[in-house]
Amino acid sequence: MPDTAQANVPFAIATYDPDRLRAALRKMYLIRKFEEGAEDSYTRGLIHGTMHLSIGQEASAVASCMALTDDDKITSTHRGHGHCVAKGADVARMFAEFFGKEEGYCRGRGGSMHIADVEKGNLGANGIVGGGLPIAVGAALSAKRLGTGAVTVCFFGDGANNEGAFHEALNMAAIWKLPVVFVCENNKYGMSTSTERSTAVANIADRAAAYAMPGVTVDGNDFSEVAEAVETAVARARRGEGPSLIENVTYRWRGHSKSDRNRYRTKDEIAGWVKKDPIARMGAMLVTHGIMAEEDIAAMETDVDDEIAEAIEFARSGTDPDPAEVTRDVHTDRAA
Amino acid sequence: MNAAAGVRTREMSYAEAIRDAMDIALTEDERVVLMGEDIGVYGGAFQVTGDLVERHGPDRVIDTPISELGGAGVAVGAAMTGLRPILEFQFSDFATLAMEQIVNQAAKVRYMLGGAVSVPVVMRFPAGSGTGAAAQHSQSLEAWLGHVPGLKVVQPTTPEDAKGMLLAALDDPDPVMIFEHKLLYKLKGQVPEGRYTTPLDKAVVRRAGDAVTVVASGIMVHKALEAAGQLAEDGIEAEVIDLRSVRPIDRETILESVRKTGRLLCVYEAVKTLGIGAEISAMVAESDAFDFLDAPIVRLGGAECPIPYNPDLEKAAVPQIADILDAARALATGRR
Repeated sequence: MPDTAQANVPFAIATYDPDRLRAALRKMYLIRKFEEGAEDSYTRGLIHGTMHLSIGQEASAVASCMALTDDDKITSTHRGHGHCVAKGADVARMFAEFFGKEEGYCRGRGGSMHIADVEKGNLGANGIVGGGLPIAVGAALSAKRLGTGAVTVCFFGDGANNEGAFHEALNMAAIWKLPVVFVCENNKYGMSTSTERSTAVANIADRAAAYAMPGVTVDGNDFSEVAEAVETAVARARRGEGPSLIENVTYRWRGHSKSDRNRYRTKDEIAGWVKKDPIARMGAMLVTHGIMAEEDIAAMETDVDDEIAEAIEFARSGTDPDPAEVTRDVHTDRAA
Repeated sequence: MNAAAGVRTREMSYAEAIRDAMDIALTEDERVVLMGEDIGVYGGAFQVTGDLVERHGPDRVIDTPISELGGAGVAVGAAMTGLRPILEFQFSDFATLAMEQIVNQAAKVRYMLGGAVSVPVVMRFPAGSGTGAAAQHSQSLEAWLGHVPGLKVVQPTTPEDAKGMLLAALDDPDPVMIFEHKLLYKLKGQVPEGRYTTPLDKAVVRRAGDAVTVVASGIMVHKALEAAGQLAEDGIEAEVIDLRSVRPIDRETILESVRKTGRLLCVYEAVKTLGIGAEISAMVAESDAFDFLDAPIVRLGGAECPIPYNPDLEKAAVPQIADILDAARALATGRR
């Protein structure tokens, strides 16, 4: 790790080459525009069901995956589109899943809440709050037993930190010194209930002390801060020193899901967080440090818009599953 | 129940047969790990794992904290990423603490992900009443799990099957739930040496007869065989079918027997209502075998109450040999 304090250069700038930084910003745009496209498709009645948007949280997803390779794993949440893109998923196949098509990551069986991309190490979003926590510990147990060297980053929200699964998972990861990094995306509310009302400790990272692991709270909308915290934790995990807990403080601009009427927070509060837009901040950082010019960013946005439009078209023209195959993949076909 | 000709057998208890299967699996396959509460130096609550920790070490015979939900989730995550975990629950009742991971995750992950992963996890559940452990340590919950697509649920009743079905479960790419009746652990029987597998989807006729079909599961197979022996003294030949698999149910073996006998008695220890007996009765009623019935189907199941502590009450809460005898005799002799 470079010493960045001296030169006052952000960790990310000092650590990653310009190509990776540009790719990271592009992924953040891809997440934002994917979700805007999904929201628009939903509003226009093109897709059904529900979805949980992470608009405003893109730095947390992308920066948390900077330390990972395709061999490393993540577990994700119901608000998981960002994690999926950050780990390398193709937005066309993600849209195809939203549209319930065979070309989707889950062949249209999972939808928004179950998108996974196993080849890229994404073990899946999860419809159960806290459901992915012990699964991440299991993936880390595999890595340790099989000696793969892989690290698992376990994403979860502030709501999950009050589930029993959170406590059981952190404890087991700690006693067995497993290579897992718990990344809490604290967006302040579990549906409508604020962390102040739901959680006894001031910071979720404070709970790390109960499981004898490092815990750190960072500005989740600051790409560089998140990347530094996760790199540190991943390096510790790779050294065999065990798990860490990182709390990325962030905010979802949209409601919890499509049913949310936003009665529990003020317009001022939302507007205040919109000003802390993680994508704008990342762009500004890259411009300040000469990685990109404003025009480059504008061109990148246009490029992402095109990719999204193509992806939606791919999804719309996808193949509908055959109702006769409704029980397919309940079990593994052993003949295959 | 004779092993194939030429195969050496050895007398073992049901518990020893399970341990033998796990010993073979641990020896042959590096991916196999055992997980559970006090399965290490303690040897397991029912001494099933015994000395396996001494032979295979604490990294493969893993004592977990008392965290059933977390433990189940770790097993699921490990199974998704390359290990072959066998998770022992101390009592099957504690499955209630882990239902989230069993029902929402283990059973559904493959389907939700459109077949992108398999979850080859084996869970073992010491089940049933008769030990004076009362309501929270004596339940028979196999039908609960049998209701969930994605799970395979079996109840081996002999040492030979206990070993063969556990090895089959480990070969299976999907989650297999094994319910082991606690009172069977000390049951002795001839068990083939070395590796062999017993199908997870086949019932077996334990005693042939033509007067009445008795479909029994778990320990009730032994009670039904006792009853059948007594009935034979009166010239009534009952056919006793050991269900073995709750999900999937071996439809053909049952229907074939009912077509022959025209009379069906279902015997199971779990609470009678909405249980295995209801499923088997409905299956027969919906089939051509219905036309062969000469009498209404009879179900004998557990009483509509928790398992009580007092020994006489405990016996009164589950079918006994005398109950089976009476019911089978009444059916066979046409006294309705």
